[in-house]
Amino acid sequence: MSLDISIKITDRSGVMHTINAPTDMALNLMEVVRLYELAPDGTIGICGGMAMCASCQCYVQSSHQLSEKTADEEAMLSEAFNVQPNSRLGCQIQINNQMDGLEVELAPEE
Amino acid sequence: MIKTDILIIGAGPTGLFAVFEAGLLKLKCHLIDALAEPGGQCSEIYPKKPIYDIPAYPEILAGDLTKKLLEQSKQFKPGFTLGERAETIEKQADGTFLVTTNKGTQHNAPVVAIAGGLGSFEPRKPAIKNLSDYEDHGVAYMIKDPEVYRNKRVVIAGGGDSALDWTIFLSQVASSVTLIHRRTEFRGALDSVEKVQALKDKGVIDLITPAEVTGLYGGNKLDSITYSVSNGDEKRINTDFFIPLFGLSPKLGPIANWGLEIEKNAIKVNNALDYQTNIPGIFAIGDVNTYPGKLKLILCGFHEATLMCQSAYKIINPGKRLVLKYTTVTGIDGFDGTRKEAPKSVVKSID
Repeated sequence: MSLDISIKITDRSGVMHTINAPTDMALNLMEVVRLYELAPDGTIGICGGMAMCASCQCYVQSSHQLSEKTADEEAMLSEAFNVQPNSRLGCQIQINNQMDGLEVELAPEE
Repeated sequence: MIKTDILIIGAGPTGLFAVFEAGLLKLKCHLIDALAEPGGQCSEIYPKKPIYDIPAYPEILAGDLTKKLLEQSKQFKPGFTLGERAETIEKQADGTFLVTTNKGTQHNAPVVAIAGGLGSFEPRKPAIKNLSDYEDHGVAYMIKDPEVYRNKRVVIAGGGDSALDWTIFLSQVASSVTLIHRRTEFRGALDSVEKVQALKDKGVIDLITPAEVTGLYGGNKLDSITYSVSNGDEKRINTDFFIPLFGLSPKLGPIANWGLEIEKNAIKVNNALDYQTNIPGIFAIGDVNTYPGKLKLILCGFHEATLMCQSAYKIINPGKRLVLKYTTVTGIDGFDGTRKEAPKSVVKSID
């Protein structure tokens, strides 16, 4: 049985990528974007994944039930730009096998 | 003019450790940092967060790491230019570099080590069309001199600690303070949120939520702003100042224009030898550099700083040979006259 799930990620230039994300590497969504180099280094995950910048902001387009936002994530999103009701910080979304078929779009670079 | 041996740009962990390694080679360092305190990200972004991968520290808070690094290098008396951003670099006729900050402070050194991390921390600017037109003409991103706002009308935007704190402070100085935030909840110290609530209840300040500033108007100077409320309606208020406070984000900044080879928002260096850039005499160490296999880790920055100092020595002392010395064997002679050394073992014969 494969440990990978399939995720659709639309990059900042509007191109959709269907990628396989491993569920056994304790990755978050921001790290998956970096793994596949869907955004240039230095434009995503700037704070390293501490919910302290909004460089990994994305819009969740599918109806998957994701983990609740933590207070840190809420705080960052309340300061960030280009925030939509479906905005999340990729670094706060841990990849698991309930997320097969997830569709997200990367928010514009600030 | 500040003169030194190695001019270090960035006072984060890598820059601070470079001071120690340079000191062992009798080289003096001076550091420039855009932040008001040394420590870089460790002090500015996450001082209270633990780090687990500093060798020999199973756990250390980022703020404590800064303190330890300052203590480790203090006998080498580093100089600091803090709260200023390195703006320009010029090669002098004698081969040294002249680095000038945004405030005009000049620094001269034969070797420059850029330990700039993610870059300098700049205020995050909201996307309002003509925002930059009113910078210094009514728009400010940080409050340097509160007196500027005495008896003036001020609009603050933001929902974090700095927006709350300055709303509280300026409510005693300005003739009117309006705080606009996109959400109804504020994220800040409980005490600050309660104070702002009280000021609003007493009618001392205007609180407009949820709303977003959408436009700036005026001639040479700002005279009013518009904001949109949740149902999409636009409203206008007259104001002398607009202060958007949305935190800081790192930008490579002016260093990007120094003629250095840049790749992936980082400075390309020669990792086979000494982390020198394409300009001889300018090095880049720590998170700011890139090379094949680069890892942005503090411990890698320490290693890079150490090798950089060896090459810096050769540039500053041409023709001199350098032999590696161990601190345990030779001790440390500070530039302040102090000496640290291993205690001598007692030699005594037994009759």
